[in-house]
Amino acid sequence: MASDLTNPILDALSASETILSNEAFPSTPSSTVKSALDRLGSRQMLEYETREKEVITLTAEGQEIAANGSHEAKVFAAVVAAMDGLKIKELPEIVGKDNAKVGQGNAFKRGWIKKDNDLLRATQDSIVDETRELLLTLQRTGALDDGKAITDLKRRKLITPSKEITYKISKGPKFAREFVKEETDLTAEMLTNGSWKTAQLKPYNFNAKGAPTPAGALHPLNKVRQEFRNIFFEMGFEEMPTNRFVETGFWNFDALFVPQQHPARDLQDTFYISDPPTADPPREDPLNDPHRPASTQTGSQTTKEQPLDYQKYWDNVRETHENGKFGSIGYRYPWSADESLRLVLRTHTTSVSTYVLHKLAANPRPARFFSIDRVFRNEAVDATHLAEFHQVEGVIADFGLTLGGLIGFMEVFFAKMGIHQLRFKPAYNPYTEPSMEIFGYHDGLGKWVEIGNSGMFRPEMLESMGLPKDMRVYGFGLSLERPTMIKYILFHVLEFFQIANVFLSLFLFRYAVSNIRELLGHKVDLHFIETNPAVRLEKD
Amino acid sequence: MPTISVDKAALFKELGQEYTTEEFDELCFEFGIELDEDTTNSDRPIVDGKQEPPQLKIEVPANRYDLLCFEGIALSLNIFLGRKPLPEYKLAELSNGELQSIIVKEDTTKIRPYVSGAILRNVKFDQARYESFISLQDKLHQNLARQRTLVSIGTHDLDAVQGPFTYEALPPKDIKFVPLNQTQEMDGEELMTFYEKHQQLGKYLHIIRDSPVYPVIYDSNRTVCSLPPIINGDRSKISLNTTNVLIEITALDKTKLEIVNRMMVTMFSQYTAEPFTIEPVKIVSDHNNQTRITPDIAPRATQAEVSYINQCCGLNLTPVEICNLLRKMAYHAKPTTNAPNLINLEIPPTRADILHQCDIMEDVAIAHGFNALPRSFPSKSGTIAQPLPINKLSDIVRVEAAMAGWSEVLPLILCSHDENFSWLNRKDDGNTAVKLANPKTMEFQVVRTSLLPGLLKTIRENKSHSVPMKIFEVSDVAFKDLSLERKSRNERHFAAAWYGKTSGFEVVHGLLDRVLAMLKSAFITGEEGLENSAVGDSQYYIKELDDPTYFPGHSASIHLRIGGRDHVVGAFGILHPTVLEKYELRYPVSTLEINIEAFL
Repeated sequence: MASDLTNPILDALSASETILSNEAFPSTPSSTVKSALDRLGSRQMLEYETREKEVITLTAEGQEIAANGSHEAKVFAAVVAAMDGLKIKELPEIVGKDNAKVGQGNAFKRGWIKKDNDLLRATQDSIVDETRELLLTLQRTGALDDGKAITDLKRRKLITPSKEITYKISKGPKFAREFVKEETDLTAEMLTNGSWKTAQLKPYNFNAKGAPTPAGALHPLNKVRQEFRNIFFEMGFEEMPTNRFVETGFWNFDALFVPQQHPARDLQDTFYISDPPTADPPREDPLNDPHRPASTQTGSQTTKEQPLDYQKYWDNVRETHENGKFGSIGYRYPWSADESLRLVLRTHTTSVSTYVLHKLAANPRPARFFSIDRVFRNEAVDATHLAEFHQVEGVIADFGLTLGGLIGFMEVFFAKMGIHQLRFKPAYNPYTEPSMEIFGYHDGLGKWVEIGNSGMFRPEMLESMGLPKDMRVYGFGLSLERPTMIKYILFHVLEFFQIANVFLSLFLFRYAVSNIRELLGHKVDLHFIETNPAVRLEKD
Repeated sequence: MPTISVDKAALFKELGQEYTTEEFDELCFEFGIELDEDTTNSDRPIVDGKQEPPQLKIEVPANRYDLLCFEGIALSLNIFLGRKPLPEYKLAELSNGELQSIIVKEDTTKIRPYVSGAILRNVKFDQARYESFISLQDKLHQNLARQRTLVSIGTHDLDAVQGPFTYEALPPKDIKFVPLNQTQEMDGEELMTFYEKHQQLGKYLHIIRDSPVYPVIYDSNRTVCSLPPIINGDRSKISLNTTNVLIEITALDKTKLEIVNRMMVTMFSQYTAEPFTIEPVKIVSDHNNQTRITPDIAPRATQAEVSYINQCCGLNLTPVEICNLLRKMAYHAKPTTNAPNLINLEIPPTRADILHQCDIMEDVAIAHGFNALPRSFPSKSGTIAQPLPINKLSDIVRVEAAMAGWSEVLPLILCSHDENFSWLNRKDDGNTAVKLANPKTMEFQVVRTSLLPGLLKTIRENKSHSVPMKIFEVSDVAFKDLSLERKSRNERHFAAAWYGKTSGFEVVHGLLDRVLAMLKSAFITGEEGLENSAVGDSQYYIKELDDPTYFPGHSASIHLRIGGRDHVVGAFGILHPTVLEKYELRYPVSTLEINIEAFL
């Protein structure tokens, strides 16, 4: 125990001004000495210097030679003892196999013995066993003047260099004979009995981390979601009621002017519902439906609202597809009501935007809506595709909106996420025209990355709802996972790579390179959830 | 979006200019197509001992069928760059008697009612043109034609057959011919068996296979030209040396039929002796009023409003300026003389994607340059931000659970039927869960009706984590509800699970108490006669529950009294060991699940 040495050290110091640890405590391991010194040193009871010296110690074989003589000396002794020559093959029996092998050669080399047929004979009466002498000197003094001899002994693995640490210890400003017991912590009892006045508190280790605090955690993806929600709230958006996973072909596709033969409606892409089998045509929600958007539940505005004609909406959608209406030539195909009443898992939250925009037709007015929720695609699951993911969607309805306004809005929206360079590419989307893909410049990757989609909803879609012709509606969307993977995770990894914690960076690197499943779903590592830092999109 | 591979050197030659990859990428970006890859510096395949020349792989919008081949991309970019005008497509002027015709039999209405045709006379193919001609058919089949279900194209050497042609529907047994690139004659049934395993054609057989009659096109000598939508006859096959090409197209959809015809002839008529001239074909189909001359390549005349275009783009262009921009997008556009707010437009036969003046407005914006549009901020109207009430409530519960030391997880909403029912010792009464018709894996059979499967799977995947594990989720489940339009409804649940060496029953119970306390719900007990009108907006009590999901005697139902009515909102308990076994969990688990919508 380290504490055992504190008082002996203080005793030794009281007797002399300085002591050397190797003299005062020759048999104590230096680590034990150091820990006692550090404890005393931290209270300024003593000071010490560390001295390192290279010393030479004997290996086990070296110690054996120092004690009993070298192999060659043993061979020589055996030969001399045989009086009239020693039979070569008897040597191993007398001195042992190892001694015989090495010793015989060395004894020949030194000219101590010679060969006479099958006998070994001594060439002199006595010898000086230099090897043993050298080792004995080394053992005694720890040094040797003859560098060549040292090299030779090292080569023969008889000695080995090692470090000896010695502490030169002297009294510190607060030297005392007694080492008072340290208290580990300040306690209520100490406050009560006043012992805190004299107590010595064990010094705090300022190099260690504190005790881990028990903590709950929010999911990283939901933290990013909250950032997005905040941005939407800052910009005056109302949250849409996306708590409706099952949609009809009507709301998910037809009302968005997606033709019934569109590839997105393939079994390959969309989850269809087998049970329940089929939907009803669109109609007014039940009065007490808890899923209605907040704005339609607030009192004053509802008075101005015109009742919505659902049959007319349905007919408009049919006519727009089949023959064209509202200035459109339509898709010109026979539209099927059955197809429209098939139930699907919503493939996008735009089905909800459609529902909300239709509600807006009861009282067309400037409005901003957003949603962030789960959507479903019947995709083969791989590293970047899941059958479920989160869609972030925004809708702005107003009179006289322009395309440049959409671009300007996107610049502000993405600037709030720290993305400042945007450009826009013409694209195709069945329900927006114009459609623009949004590209953001990613400093980390050094290239333009697609970060979202946007556009103005088609008049075929809006006018079918009964919205006025001069009301225009922007729609924009992005996937929550994608920017999260690109921006957030990657950036954190880059950050972590700069600190020298290889394990941590390797652990996190996994999240960037591999798999969306590690961000959403049951395969997410709980440790990842618990240790993920707060999300600040504008800074990350 | 379809990706088209074009020969880089040939395209740049057509465009009259060499581009660096970056320059060409920029041009694509502005025009609204996407350069996916320039293979100049990649390992290109070696075909017949020659390495494939560098290709540009270009993604084109799904509604631009006129960009599905080299010819179309070159043409559109040349027009966009102002290097070429839009070609004037013409129909060859032949007297009615000279026209080739396809006579349609009424029986075709039973299987594939519509047909269209065209002839490219004195066409000159070379290897590249021929390959592009074949490839365009393939791309049209894949995209617009929805894997040949809606439309299919057959192309023939007109000199190997003899008009007039008939389009009929006959029993498979009665159709006998040698299919393309085969030597053996077979009937319709044999053909189905023959091509069953065929890599390319096998997937199209289903379109007609079970029909009592198959569509077929004969020439006047009863030679089979094609068995749409599967395969042509060998007799009329085209080659590099074919000079007169008959194009026949059959379809279920009249509109797409004519679009396909227009694409084929506008893209390849430039290689005929008299460029951009197409020889029409007469379709005789009185029974369904489809007798006509095809193709119809007349531009579609329409009008667009100057004010609408300017207003949407945020520009202030004169009608002349708009017309000039539209010319870059292949329109013929002229200001009107009598109505200054209107321009007269001719939409070329290549632009099947133009449905409304919004499409025209977009083309003005593209021609002007999206990134050059004047930017503004749509700030003139004030709107009021607000969260969805159920999401606000969820956030309260989420934050309280996390503050209580639990970690939020986000499992999937879809799960297997077993995970949702039998693994929890629950029976499917057939009236509860929404079931999927076409999942690709067993993982996704139903929409969950409980949050428990996701929590338990999360624990299963995290067994290396230290115990106890304390996790929760606040999210939606869905139930069948036949009273509603969509026959189902979501319900917002809060669920938590404890996994540790001891059961954690009281811990989960404690979490319930904490969260309900934060929702101003007061605990009332039996001892107090369930009449403790304690402070709060609501009260709750629990009752021992007999439920096979849980360990006997160690589960409770949760009852909420709100507005004087009692609702069962959920349950908690120690999971039954058989449940743990199904989810491969070694330690005891206690769970809690409640519907929070009553707190709205």
